[in-house]
Amino acid sequence: MASKKELQVAQKRELEKKEETTIPARIFVPNADIYETKDGLNVVLEMPGVDKNSVDVRVEDNVLKVDGKLDFSKYRGLQPLYTEYNVGHFSRSFRLSGKIDQNKIGAELKDGVLALVLPLAEKAKPRAIQVN
Amino acid sequence: MILPRPINNYQGVANMIMGFADPFDTLLDLQRSLEATLANDWLRDLTTSRGPFPPINVFQQGDDILAIIELPGVSKSDLQIEAKENSIRIFGKKAVDYPEEASLHRRERVSGEFDRTLSFPVQIEADGIKAEFRDGILAVFLPRAESDKPRNIKIT
Repeated sequence: MASKKELQVAQKRELEKKEETTIPARIFVPNADIYETKDGLNVVLEMPGVDKNSVDVRVEDNVLKVDGKLDFSKYRGLQPLYTEYNVGHFSRSFRLSGKIDQNKIGAELKDGVLALVLPLAEKAKPRAIQVN
Repeated sequence: MILPRPINNYQGVANMIMGFADPFDTLLDLQRSLEATLANDWLRDLTTSRGPFPPINVFQQGDDILAIIELPGVSKSDLQIEAKENSIRIFGKKAVDYPEEASLHRRERVSGEFDRTLSFPVQIEADGIKAEFRDGILAVFLPRAESDKPRNIKIT
């Protein structure tokens, strides 16, 4: 039986912004898992603290952009005693290829985890060729 | 892990005098405190990927303590909190499952079992501990025991 390895968590990566923002909060890159099935791609993003009303998923110019905003009001009046992780909004963009059907992208948010389903466009699906 | 003693809330008084509180004050304090910890010599030898899972932030709210833990993708049934004397233990497992025939392109999410204990230098009212788990964030409210709050002594 393998020994239990202690899980390590890396620091949150900050987003390298091309333009300046008007809000003072920092934006971080959420951790993502990307996997592919025969029906298309699945992207799973971890954005703890983000609920359905604060998430924004849009596709523009073949770029899929995901924004998750946190509600900082619950941090009001708190003094940090011991901190291990940074708190901020989330944002990540992916460039999509023409193989994805951009009109049929589905998204589901549960427990701070956003699961995106990017189905393959019909013409890009693998097709078996009949041999006569 | 032992926490430093809670500090006196001088800053809270200053905010009240100004008449408004910048909601990002706490965040800026957090970032300053985090950067100070990272720049600390004590952590010089660690690699960039550090810290046990899950990451915990502990805040002071008046006399009481509020611990906020990030646990995205963990369901309430996989999470347990135990309180004992001056410490709380948070343990459970985070499962990340993908269908059999899936082919992984990228894997950044962490998964597995976790078990962390937090000890406090102050007495906690065990019956008043409240925990709320929403959107992957676990917030544990720990009220200070009445016996531990400072009492004014009258001078005769």
